[in-house]
Amino acid sequence: MKFRYPVATAAEQPLKDHLLEGRLFRTRATVAFLLVLLAIVLLGLRYAFLQVIRYDDFAMRSTSNQVRIVPAPPNRGLIYDRRGRPVAENRPAYRLELVPEKVGNLRETIESLGHIIDLPEDAQATFEAARGRYREFDSIPLKFNLSEDEVARFAVDRHRYPGVEVVPYLSRHYRYGELLTHVLGYVGRIDASDLANVDVGNYRGTTHIGKVGIERYYETQLHGVSGLEKLETNVQGRTLRVLERTAPIHGDDLILSLDVQVQRAAWDALGERPGAVVAIDPTDGSVLALVSKPAFDPNLFVRGISEADYRSILAAPGRPLFNRALLGGYEPGSTVKPFLGLAGLELGVVGVEDRVFSNGQFFLQGSDRPFRDWKRGGHGWVNIYGALEQSVNTYFYELALDLGIDRMHDYLALFGFGQMTGLDLQGENSGILPSRAWKRGRYGLPWYPGETVIAGIGQGFNVVTPVQLANAAATLANGGTRFQPRLLYASKQAAETGTQARKETAPIALRLPVQNPANWAVITEGMRRVVHGAQGTARAIRPDPPLVIAGKSGTAQVVGQAEDEDMDELTAVHLRHHALFIAFAPYGQASIAVAAVVEHGGGGSREAAPVARAVIDAWLEQSR
Amino acid sequence: MRRLLPGWISWPQLDVPLLLGLLALITVGLFVLYSASGGNLDTVYRQAARIAFGLLVLLLFSQVPPHVFRIWTPWLYVLALALVFATWVFGTGRSTSRWLDLGLLRFQPSELMKLAVPMMVAWYLHPRRLPPELRAALAACAILVMPALLIARQPDLGTALLVAASGLFVLFLAGLSRNLILGLVGLAAAAAPALWIVMHDYQRQRVLTFLDPESDPLGSGWNIIQSKIAVGSGGLLGKGWMNGTQSRLEFIPERHTDFILAVFSEEFGLVGVLLLFALYLFIVGRGLYIASLAPGTYGRLLAGSLSLTFFVYVLVNAGMVSGLLPVVGVPLPLVSFGGTSIVTLLAGFGILMSIHGHRYFIR
Repeated sequence: MKFRYPVATAAEQPLKDHLLEGRLFRTRATVAFLLVLLAIVLLGLRYAFLQVIRYDDFAMRSTSNQVRIVPAPPNRGLIYDRRGRPVAENRPAYRLELVPEKVGNLRETIESLGHIIDLPEDAQATFEAARGRYREFDSIPLKFNLSEDEVARFAVDRHRYPGVEVVPYLSRHYRYGELLTHVLGYVGRIDASDLANVDVGNYRGTTHIGKVGIERYYETQLHGVSGLEKLETNVQGRTLRVLERTAPIHGDDLILSLDVQVQRAAWDALGERPGAVVAIDPTDGSVLALVSKPAFDPNLFVRGISEADYRSILAAPGRPLFNRALLGGYEPGSTVKPFLGLAGLELGVVGVEDRVFSNGQFFLQGSDRPFRDWKRGGHGWVNIYGALEQSVNTYFYELALDLGIDRMHDYLALFGFGQMTGLDLQGENSGILPSRAWKRGRYGLPWYPGETVIAGIGQGFNVVTPVQLANAAATLANGGTRFQPRLLYASKQAAETGTQARKETAPIALRLPVQNPANWAVITEGMRRVVHGAQGTARAIRPDPPLVIAGKSGTAQVVGQAEDEDMDELTAVHLRHHALFIAFAPYGQASIAVAAVVEHGGGGSREAAPVARAVIDAWLEQSR
Repeated sequence: MRRLLPGWISWPQLDVPLLLGLLALITVGLFVLYSASGGNLDTVYRQAARIAFGLLVLLLFSQVPPHVFRIWTPWLYVLALALVFATWVFGTGRSTSRWLDLGLLRFQPSELMKLAVPMMVAWYLHPRRLPPELRAALAACAILVMPALLIARQPDLGTALLVAASGLFVLFLAGLSRNLILGLVGLAAAAAPALWIVMHDYQRQRVLTFLDPESDPLGSGWNIIQSKIAVGSGGLLGKGWMNGTQSRLEFIPERHTDFILAVFSEEFGLVGVLLLFALYLFIVGRGLYIASLAPGTYGRLLAGSLSLTFFVYVLVNAGMVSGLLPVVGVPLPLVSFGGTSIVTLLAGFGILMSIHGHRYFIR
């Protein structure tokens, strides 16, 4: 045996003391047991520390481990026109989403995806910008509105892209494109500045938000309230079951007072010329049409507009992004005359039969600077009717001087000039209604009588917007009730389908003081003669009976032209005057009031009046 | 109890308290395993089969007189050493060469070492005068360091640790002087930097992660964090059997093997954990008691070492699960699902019972 005990001799190996060894062992075993006991106690304390003292913390972390809260975004409310035509819809679409945590190399992945999916050059940057809103394990949208081809191509290569998914969603679509851009606005991808204005939690699952127009003004109603799902997930994030579900409250559907046919008529009537048309129902202040031309396709912004597209819109002639109906400031020109005439009558400055002689030129006392009539040689003797019918400047020069600028300011302010109308769209321009106080405040200069004279024909400092002009015309037409115009006609909760839509009424901004209703009748009669009178400036648009239209033309100067310089066909387009026209119809029971502006159109009667006529026709056709 | 019957014909009694303790532990283990495997009876059956085999080995070993083990000790040690060396050369296994494929049977030779090393050290020391002198102590160290290093190279740090510990316990129980113990500890401390250099990257990572698990919560820190969440969320009374969410939703890694204690803690709470610890304490205490009753030096040392090594399993595993110790692949003895460790452990208890059952036999 190789393994014999390596015990040599008794001399080398001292004898074993079994008793001593036994005692020694027992001592050691006892020590060992005590150490074991100590270790067990320490372990017990460790577990007690974790399970009792830190219980709350770990219990919470265990819960958040197992439960994933997923927002259930509400469907955005649809928008209809007053005849129930859908103007903003939600269409099923696909978007590409990416979970940063699950994707190895973000840059490479996005670059590689670019080969199968048409990503804009700035996709990387857009994605990085959006990333801040999300957590690492959230899905971040990379591209919206994938084409069918792209969805198919991705499906084939899907295995190559862990953490990238094609997700169905509802995409906003504006069926009428640029026709309604300046009314509806559009939704676009949420950015940091949008989030500052909303409840971030409510927008957790939302990708788009109203950027301008109705979409922005009624964002809260349209968006609805986000629901949520508490999901039990395992470690791979796979959903095992839904623990709790709070259904989202979908956004309200909105019905606009706008009539697409009337809108279209205005759009078409403007042709290729830049301009704006606003039509308001004088009986309730609802907006029937609101056109600003040129415009752009809002659907581009929903998808996420490319740098190139955006630049081309910016560079397009006529500034398509600019909403002329709300923001465009124009000299009112002669369209101010009916309101001044009414001021004269109501304030007792002139009588109906008071006549003024027009010889073509008007001079301030002690001045040799002529203020002209548009007709060489003048119009002869005219009273208020004739002054309106033929748009006699001299009559209104005299009237303006008799009223004085401050009374003019105060009376015109009743019609809403110089103030925002309060239309339900953001970013309205208040225009300018001058007065002595205004001029001193603005320029620190005194008021000159010559400025009163030209204010009598709506020139000088006066600036109005198309929506103001239309609202003032509506106020005139309904005998003195100024509404705060409204685009929203009714709204209804999507959840309660079948329920009656909630009617929205335009609030009344002001009931004008009426001294004598006859005075109002005089002015509207004067405006009737503008269209129907033998010498009416807009007699070219006279409709067939029985329709009767009341109107007033205006021409706004673009550049400081000498008064006697005639405009003609040879004048460069951009130097031509803006053509303005206000009208309401049917006469006596007006259901529509229109303001039309054709930029660089030239004479108001010739260029803007037919636009107003087309809008009136379309409306009456529709409401018949 | 007192039996003075002769040799092989005898049917020495098993130690009933120890056996009951083991059976209780095994029963608890099977229930936890059922929950940890997500109600998979198949897993439980496989574990039960292994345990049955282990108990058979226990029964068999308990009937073999201690001196037979002693005589065969050197052979066993040489065989185990050769096999461990062989795994180094011909080993199979997922990522490491721990397993040896013997055609029908695959087993881990390092498991054999857990028995062979304490047996060999005890064999080496038993004829000598105790407490051992420096030379004997160094020789004993050589006996345990050689296989420990080979196993650490596999790499299986957990088993290497247990193997080394089992040898050192023999030395400690043999009465190694305090000065020598301190010297050995100092030597180990000095060797620590060297160990760091020898360690594999993943092992270093584990140590770093242990020091600061939150540094990489989704990577290597995940195990510790999720395990602590499971333990902590169990609270005082636990979430109840089969109701541990951390385990059911697969947040606990290796939940039916090395981290099964996390499942147990989550479902049975602090009360359950303390009862389980008490059970382990009872088993270790009973083992030490048996050792102190053993008449021979060999049996005494071996029995003591096996008991203490059994406890090291518990200590390292429970420490790891609660984030006290780095993640080392040491199972919770007799509870964790897993191959050869259960058989080895039960075989060890078989030897323990043999030592106890044959204590009145004349050698």
